[in-house]
Amino acid sequence: MRTGLPRKRIAGYASRMSVRPGDRIDFMVSCEDVSDYAAEIVRLISGDHHPDGMGFVEEPVQTDIAAKHKGRFQQLYAGSFAVIDDIEAFRPVTDFTLQAMIWPTAPGKGRQTLMGRRLSANKTGFALVLDEAGALAVEIGDGKAIRTISTDTPLREREWAFVAATFNASNGTLKLYQEPVDSFNRSLAPNRREARVDGMKPATGRMPFMIAAAGASFGNGRLVADCHFNGKIDSPIAVAAELDRQAMESLRRPDCPLPTAILAAWDFAQAIPTDRIIDRSPFARHGRLINLPARAMKGHNWTGEILDWKQAPEQYGAIHFHDDDLYDAGWDVDVSLIVPGSLRSGVYAAKLTAGDEVEYIPFVVRPGRDQKKAGAVFLMPTASYMAYANERTGLEGGARIHAFTNHLVGLGPGDIWLNEHPEVGNSLYCHHSDGSGVCYSSRLRPILNFRPGITSAWIGAAGTAPWQFNADLALIGWLEARGIPYDVITDEDLHEEGFPLLDGYNAVLTGSHPEYYSKAMYEALVSYLGRGGRLMYLGGNGFYWRIAYHPILPGVIELRRAEDGIRDWVAEGGEYFHSFTGEYGGMWSRMGRPIHALVGVGMAAQGFDVSSYYRRMPGSRDPRASFIFDGVEDEVIGDFGTVGGGAAGLELDRYDRSQGSPAHALVLASSESHSDTYFPPPDEINNATAMMDGRQNANIRADLVFFETQGGGAVFSTGSISWIGSLSHNKCDNNVSRITENVLRRFLESERFVVP
Amino acid sequence: MSAEDPQVDQSRRDLIEEFRRKRIGRHSPDLRLLLNRMRMSEGKRPYILICTKPHREWCLGRKSGARGSEIEVMPEVIFHSPEEAEWEIFKRRWQELTGETLT
Ligand SMILES: [Fe+2]
Repeated sequence: MRTGLPRKRIAGYASRMSVRPGDRIDFMVSCEDVSDYAAEIVRLISGDHHPDGMGFVEEPVQTDIAAKHKGRFQQLYAGSFAVIDDIEAFRPVTDFTLQAMIWPTAPGKGRQTLMGRRLSANKTGFALVLDEAGALAVEIGDGKAIRTISTDTPLREREWAFVAATFNASNGTLKLYQEPVDSFNRSLAPNRREARVDGMKPATGRMPFMIAAAGASFGNGRLVADCHFNGKIDSPIAVAAELDRQAMESLRRPDCPLPTAILAAWDFAQAIPTDRIIDRSPFARHGRLINLPARAMKGHNWTGEILDWKQAPEQYGAIHFHDDDLYDAGWDVDVSLIVPGSLRSGVYAAKLTAGDEVEYIPFVVRPGRDQKKAGAVFLMPTASYMAYANERTGLEGGARIHAFTNHLVGLGPGDIWLNEHPEVGNSLYCHHSDGSGVCYSSRLRPILNFRPGITSAWIGAAGTAPWQFNADLALIGWLEARGIPYDVITDEDLHEEGFPLLDGYNAVLTGSHPEYYSKAMYEALVSYLGRGGRLMYLGGNGFYWRIAYHPILPGVIELRRAEDGIRDWVAEGGEYFHSFTGEYGGMWSRMGRPIHALVGVGMAAQGFDVSSYYRRMPGSRDPRASFIFDGVEDEVIGDFGTVGGGAAGLELDRYDRSQGSPAHALVLASSESHSDTYFPPPDEINNATAMMDGRQNANIRADLVFFETQGGGAVFSTGSISWIGSLSHNKCDNNVSRITENVLRRFLESERFVVP
Repeated sequence: MSAEDPQVDQSRRDLIEEFRRKRIGRHSPDLRLLLNRMRMSEGKRPYILICTKPHREWCLGRKSGARGSEIEVMPEVIFHSPEEAEWEIFKRRWQELTGETLT
């Protein structure tokens, strides 16, 4: 703890993001220097601390959760690895061969374990490792001492190598084989080392056999790992005998008979969508993956001819392990709630208080199965919250961030906590510590930017713009202020239940930035619109990326930043298909589902300094739009707001016929006068010019669009992330609020819309 | 960079004035170029702000982009608006690059 910094001392997460009355939800909490805290459940209304905002508004609700709790620290154990279930098989091993193909991404970053039954504090077992210098090494421990030999030649970063170690107890010989195999203009000099360790043999220990990490401790059902490997491992094999080099080479062929002394030959090309690794030996010594290392990764034998792992899984037999992967924090439960039937649908939080320290763990209560639905439903974009979970651009942007955003970063207590706890894991905007892109994100860990009352560290001047959850909370505050009944559901609910979840609602309201959509979510919306549903897309850069929820593991999504679009990291060629589902990843617009066709507008620009306003367009005078502008005489719309000072800002979508916007859609208003730090996304830049920025480029704008659908429904799109931030201006008496309410009230009526 | 295009042209007092008048948002092309150069000049430990009261008070700090790197705090350098902070950082960088103290 450093003095002078605001400090967050309680952090937690919930077992679920969405519950019904009667469901149980658990809260896992870790405290630093907090002996006890009070817990209560509150309903969240507004988290806007902006001087012109609604303020922080919450309402306590009656539940039977325990009010007083002891504070305790719970550790986060980041880093992925595999552990083999059959512990006993590896215990008596003396002679051994360990071999694999590896692609190290951080050789030299400390000692890293490739595989073995290690050698914990009691100096037992054996392991193939990279030593501190990044050279291949083998260790054996007889219970009294550890003996290590190394090739003393560092492996090269991001180049495939064959590595192996053998031990023969009868002659006391340890051998190492380190051979680069990537032949393109690179040195192929093999490296061998041999040493005598007379009288020594690996002692039996309690540790299971592990891949990509070593065991630090193993007790109370929890295996704690250390010495994580960063990089890919392909085709690891363990044999209870010393093999010669030729026998090792034969083993690399999948059709080669396995030696009788085989311990296991893991084939990572099998069961790619799962967290299991499969042993192709007759012993079936399968294993479990912890913390979701990346799968469907190109193997050492990838030819470049096949781009879809499903077509040639044998070329995707690598798993990329990272020392900062985290799936499920696995903390013990501190607070449990059975959701009372009296709670109406809405946004809630467990509020944990210790003096001036307050932690909120938000969750949604959706309507009960037998409850009557409200007319309007807020579809909380929780997939997008997960994509941004613990996003760290403000902390890790370096000097470039000031030029990028056109203002200084402003760190809050949550950001400082994140900086001090990198082990809480990454967002889909982050790079792993080895520089590779983060393609999985889970909600089973504290998410510091999924909180009421906070702003992003880097969005808006001095980091004062709310982003995602807290930005969307302003919509809840507005619905409450305007007395409009609403239900709340989440992306995850929509993914699991599809269209029936939306059926019966007159109007679906999105959040400010519903960027990430699974196929099931997307199709549910399309089905809803096709059956007369009304959609209010109150944001920008929506429906942009395809994601996949894991079909079995709860609370985790996958993203491949493929082909095009704004990419904070770029998926490698050949790694565009999701490992969870086999689906092609990337932008929906490139998969026959243009955003423009769905909601009338699509991604046009982003910028993060100041927002602007809309000017009315001829479409607003069309009789079809008269209900929208009822009571609005102004030509300029939204030249105010708590997000950058205007309703058109941050990320903007525009109407574009050529990209699929419906011909009959009305452009009601268009934004203008954007800053020169607003730029189009890469998918709008096929050839760079000196006229791309918001000062010179007429395509950098948000279009306010309305259109009717064939099923009697309609779509209203704002095309701007900051729109919701203008709703509450002047106690909701303003043209953004009026337009939004005019649309919503009409959408709630059953009278059909007619396509002209 | 060349003699005709120095990193920071001290004679461009108009750009200083432009920034002083409007510190966040749209800028002229020449000021944008100057700001980008000044902002990228800091290298490894750029200035950042630490928010001490939401939307109302910040103090100055520095932090590298490295994960988990130390956040250096200057609790005595306090700002009450983002614009105030931008001007202070502008002056500091100007001083570092030209040796001239702006007031
Ligand atoms: Fe985004």
